[in-house]
Formats: sequence, structure tokens, C-alpha cells
Amino acid sequence: MPISEFKPKIVAFCCNWCSYAGADLAGTNRLNYPADVKIIRVPCSCRVNPIFILRAFQRGADGVILCGCHPGDCHYTTGNYYTRRRMTLLFSMLDYLGIEKERTRVEWVSAAEGAKFAAVMQDFVKTVTELGENKRLEDRRCKKP
Amino acid sequence: MQKIGVFVCHCGTNIAGTVDVKAVAEALSHEPGVVFAADYPYMCSESGQNLIKDAIREHGLTGVVICSCSPRMHETTFRKAAASAGLNSYMVEIANIREQCSWIHKDMKTATEKAVILGRAAIAKVALNTPLTASETPVTKRALVIGGGIAGIQTALDIADAGFEVDIVEKEPTIGGKMAQIDKTFPTLDCAACILTPKMVDCAQNEKIHIYAYSEVESVKGFVGNFTVGIKKKARYVDETKCTGCGLCTEKCPMKKTPNLFNLGLDTRSAIYIPFAQAVPKVATIDADYCNMLKNGRCGVCSKVCTAGAIDYHQQDEHIEEKYGAIVVATGFNPIKLDNFDEYAYAQSPDVVTSLELERLMNAAGPNGGTLLRPSDKTHPHTIVFVQCVGSRDTSGCGKPYCSKICCMYTAKHAMLIRDKYPDTEVYVFYIDVRTPGKNFDEFYRRAVEEYGVHYIKGMVGKVMPQKNGKLLVRASDLLAGEQLKIEADMVVLAAAIEPDKTARSLATMLTASMDTNDFFTEAHPKLRPVESPTAGIFLSGVCQGPKDIPETVAQASAAAAKVIGLLVKDKLKSNPCIAHANETLCNGCSSCERVCPYGAITYVDKEFRMPDRTTKIRRVASVNAAVCQGCGACTVACPSGAMDLSGFSNQQIMAEVDAICR
Repeated sequence: MPISEFKPKIVAFCCNWCSYAGADLAGTNRLNYPADVKIIRVPCSCRVNPIFILRAFQRGADGVILCGCHPGDCHYTTGNYYTRRRMTLLFSMLDYLGIEKERTRVEWVSAAEGAKFAAVMQDFVKTVTELGENKRLEDRRCKKP
Repeated sequence: MQKIGVFVCHCGTNIAGTVDVKAVAEALSHEPGVVFAADYPYMCSESGQNLIKDAIREHGLTGVVICSCSPRMHETTFRKAAASAGLNSYMVEIANIREQCSWIHKDMKTATEKAVILGRAAIAKVALNTPLTASETPVTKRALVIGGGIAGIQTALDIADAGFEVDIVEKEPTIGGKMAQIDKTFPTLDCAACILTPKMVDCAQNEKIHIYAYSEVESVKGFVGNFTVGIKKKARYVDETKCTGCGLCTEKCPMKKTPNLFNLGLDTRSAIYIPFAQAVPKVATIDADYCNMLKNGRCGVCSKVCTAGAIDYHQQDEHIEEKYGAIVVATGFNPIKLDNFDEYAYAQSPDVVTSLELERLMNAAGPNGGTLLRPSDKTHPHTIVFVQCVGSRDTSGCGKPYCSKICCMYTAKHAMLIRDKYPDTEVYVFYIDVRTPGKNFDEFYRRAVEEYGVHYIKGMVGKVMPQKNGKLLVRASDLLAGEQLKIEADMVVLAAAIEPDKTARSLATMLTASMDTNDFFTEAHPKLRPVESPTAGIFLSGVCQGPKDIPETVAQASAAAAKVIGLLVKDKLKSNPCIAHANETLCNGCSSCERVCPYGAITYVDKEFRMPDRTTKIRRVASVNAAVCQGCGACTVACPSGAMDLSGFSNQQIMAEVDAICR
């Protein structure tokens, strides 16, 4: 598929307190970012089980991004520290499996950083678009004919 | 059998302008489990809500998906609507097709496609929702106000007026804050002390208010209605209960060369001190950095002269733990440090002062007893240059990007007061813009220009150079006349930007209240919930939330108090039912979840299980304390056997959303 036509599937997990509010602020300020990003709201970035990310790649996602509060600002005090550790491990393992490190990302976006949210999403979509489709973990049996 | 209803909101044209709402409703009506799909101009309106209620009753819906604005806006509205129609309020999910779709995309086709996918994800989730019931927790009917400036004082007085106990924690030895240091207030030119000190006395005398002066908040645990706060009462080396505030010790203390921080170091005081005459509590404090007795063990004059026997050189910091139902943050501000602004020669010349220092220089209780004199040679200044926006509206990185809001007005006040008292003094004000929105503010500024003849010049000061003759050469540009100016001034006053107090950042971490990039506390909604933090039970008062003047601060303080009272009158609060729970048959008692829980909500219990061979076995399994769990979900990921799950955001639900998005 030529790059110009390729529309990546991006799953964004956003914590309820900072990043989801940051995404809302991006909307309120009418800051555009590609429609390929679909946001799933979770209470905290530490709610994101590695299984969810594996599942997304299995079901054909081309990139997965996790957004949480800045370190030290977690609504639940320490949640994002767990996220940081867990995802460092998971992403290096995924890289080993052939899911390039650029397809996965953790970003800290506060409730006041609507502009940052839009910028991060634009950049992430651009990076994933350049990498092309994810075929490594995609389970074709899950695809509808 | 699931019966799901889908309701697509137009939000006027906010959504319908970029998303084909009818097509979304049509596409989603074919999703598995969906039995009803409709669109409506305003779902949140009464008639929109009735549409939802009628559909729930008519079709016996088991789940509702609303494609509308952010759940942060109207989740509660729709949950209430569902509950009133007999559906469990947690069987409602919202697909955010406004903030996260229609408002950010311009192309109708892509926006509509995305809205359908977001709707699908919500349908997939709601199909797996389970009815949840909120449990109730009691409310501690006591409030904590952090910061004892005018914001904190007003909030405390209002809460106490409603009959609730309030504690004020103030880090300085006295309450009063910045307003106590100010000479006059704009636009009425009231004496600040005359209107503040009665309120301070009210605080001290109100039996519902307890002041922890010279104290700091050390730790905050708990949640709305049930906070446990650790307070450190710093050692004053004076017994508060015995000290009468007579001030004899401060007269006799030999360490007279201690910088007077209340006067911003413009003069000196003794090592044992009472910050100012009207201090509340009026109790002496020993400055341990300067006291000879505490440093070297020699002196002890104060304890000899104190007739009340209040001096205690062995006093230790005291740690107190108190329970509160609500916390108000009123930590206030400080002028920024001017290290980055060498061009104004603040560090080189004592005659370059900040506006707050000028307040002290002009104050009757200040270093010169109210006569305006140059700090360097104590002579009367004949030419004074005011520089506006020093560090405000500064995107270069040296200062702050925001407008400090109060500087235009207080500079007009200073200029007016100086011209009024010393008509022979020429006053120049260099400004970028003069901003005077507020009741009687512009009239006030015009009086400064028209009646008092203050020279307002649009342009910035480039450099201030101290001269050998003691004068200050000010080089500036006059943008309107298009010329360069050189003014030989006796004093230069810098309107330094204001920034949140340094303690605010660590406090925000303790309270888990969010802050913006400038360290101002974020409000729950910039327009509709301006005095609440997004963290339940934390309220904001005064400049800690954003720059504001005294009338606005007092208004916000009373608003915060009203919100606190609204919380404290409740006997019980409904707690969030989206919390963790363990599947006991899967749990192997490994303690992984207990270790990651930030609230200590997980304990282990021994439970009897019936085994397949009809014997019984006692196993250790996790048990979640529903009153303490906040529902972050850290444990659900830590659990190796998959026994831990989070209600409302279960593994199955999130994976269903992932599947729907990737389909």
C-alpha cells in the first residue's frame, strides 16, 4: 500500500485525570490531530495491562500510545511510576519480537497541555505512518473476511 | 440478552457541523445488541433526557450509549437520567464525539467514520458493564485551610460562620500574608492593614477557627470527606500558651542585626521577634539562624526578661495529625526573583526596588516610618521611574509567560500616592499595555494620568545604569513618539511578576491536585468550577489558582467556602463504586497487589474453600477495602493470576474497546 493512502490504526490509552482532560482541552481549543487516533479512557495509566497492548497489536493496531500524568503528579500518587517501569520492559520485549520501538510510546500530558497532546499525536501518527502497517503480531484469523 | 440504546447528540452544530449524526445513529443501530438508535439536537436538555428515559422504559434497555461531549462534562447528567428511568446509572457509557472528534476534525467523512468507531467501542464496553452501587462514607465535619493570607482568612471565616470547625495552617509566624505587607489598596486607597487586621482578629477570636501558625503540612492521606493530614508545628522556642506578646524580649535581645523579612530585608530586627504590631497570634518567635543562645549557647537575655516564662530553648518541632472533610489551598504568591534581569541593576543598586519593597518603604510601619526615602542615602527622591511587566508576559524564558494582572493597578496607585504626598516628585511609568479591567479601575488609572500628572510612556526600559553621583540613568524607548529617552532617576521601581509560592508544588503532590505549567493549581473547569480542584474535596482560593487582586481573591475565597460548606453539611458521601475486587477462586495470595496499592486498601484473609474432592481447604486470598480503594487499577496489572479486576474498567471491557477500535 502506498504511504499516502495508508491510514494507521492508533490506540491511545489516556488516564482520566490528566491526559484525557488534556485531549479534551485539545478539542476545546480546536487543535487538529489525525483522526487515526482513537482514545480509550482508563482511570490511571497504570490500569493499562500489557495484555491490552498485545491485544491491540494482535487485532491489527499499527501503534499504541499511553498517556498519563507527569511523574510526581499522578492522581493516585504512584500509578505512572508503575506504568513507566512496566512499559519500558514491555516495549523492549515487543521490539525484540519485531514490533518496532517507534510503534509504542509513553507520554506525560497534563490536563493543561492540550497543545502538547495534539503535537504528540501528530508526531506519533507521522512516525507510525512512515513505519507502515504492523504485520508482525497481527492475527489474521481475527480479521473479518 | 443485551438491549442497548444509542443516542447521538448534535450539540447544536458543535457535533452535527462536522459529523453526520444521522449516519452515525444508522451505522450504530446495526451493532450487535443495539435495539434502539436515535439522534437529537441537545441530548443534555430536558427533552433530550426524556428521550433517553422513555426509550429505557419502552424498550427495556439494559445499556445506554450516548455519543456526545466528553464524559467529564455530562456523564453525571446522563447517569442520573438513566437512574431515574430505573436503569443502573453505571450502565451508561459515553462516546466522546465532540472534544475528541467533531472539534478536531474538519472533514465530515473522516469525522463521521471516527465517530462510528468511537460509538462502537462504547457499545462493546457497555455490553459488558455490570450494575454497580455506590457505597457511602461518613464526612468529617472539619475543614483545613492551607495558607493564612487574605484568601485563607476569608475562607476560614465564612466556613466558621456556617458553624463548622476550621483549621488554618500558616507557614509564617503570623497570619495576614502579603496583604499585611501592603500599604494601601486600589482603587479605593483604603489602608490595607485597617481592613485586614480586623479580619485577622476575627479569626483569632472565632471559637470555630484554630490557627496553626509557623506550621506546615507534612502529609495528606485519604480522600474527600476523610482526609488525614500531618501538620508540623515548627519550633518557635517560645511557648505559645504562655507568651503575652508584650514585646519586652524583642527590645532587650542583643542580636539587633537580623534582617527583617517582613520588611523584605530593608531594615533589621532582633533575633526574637514579632513580625508586626498586629500579628495574629501575637507571639514572639526566635529566629534560630541568628539567636546566640541557640547557635552558641550563650546569651539567654530573652528568657531572663520574660515575666511569663514563655521562652523554651529546647522546644522541638511538634507533629500533629488531624482529620478533615475538605481542604482549601490558599498558598498565595511571591514576586519572582530578579536574578535574570541584570539590565535593571536590581542587584547593583539599593535604589532599584520591587513594588512590594516600595509598599514597605511607604508604609507607616515600614523602615522609614512612612516617609519615602531612597534606601541608599535616605534622601527624598525627586524622580522615580516605574518599569512595568518585569518578568510578566515574557516568553523569552527569563520570566513568566502570563500577565500578573495586578501590576498595572498597583503602579497607578503608587504613582498617585507619591504625587499626592510629594508633588515635587516626577513619576514616569514605562508600560507595554495598561490593563485596567475591573470596577472603577480605569477611572482610577485615568485619575493618575489626568489629575496627578503621572508621565505614562509606552515603551520598555532597556537599561538602568547606576551613576557615580548616586543617580540611576534609565535608558528607554518611547514607542509612540519614536524616540530614545534618557532619564536620570533617583529611584527605579520594578513591577516584578508574581509566581505561585514555592511550597505549592510539593503540596500539590501531597494532595494529588493538578497544576499547570506555571505551578498554578488547575481548577476542575475553567468556567464552571473555578474554585474546585479536579481532585474531589480539594478547593482553591486566591492566587494559588491564578493571578488576581484582593477583591477577586476575597470573592473566590467566599466561593470556595460555599463549596466546602456544601460538602460538610452532608452526613454521608457516595463513594466511587469503580473499585478493584478480587476473584477469590483465582487468587493465589501472592501479595503482588498489596505491594503496589498506594492506599493500603488490600489486605489478606484466610478463607475456607470447598475442593472438588469434597474436602475443605483454608487459603489466603486478597480482600479489597471498598472505603479505601480509589480505583486506580495498579493491582489489576500486578496480579499474575488475573484475579484482580476493576469494576467499570474491567479487563474484558477495555479489551472489547480495543477490539472495536481495531476492527
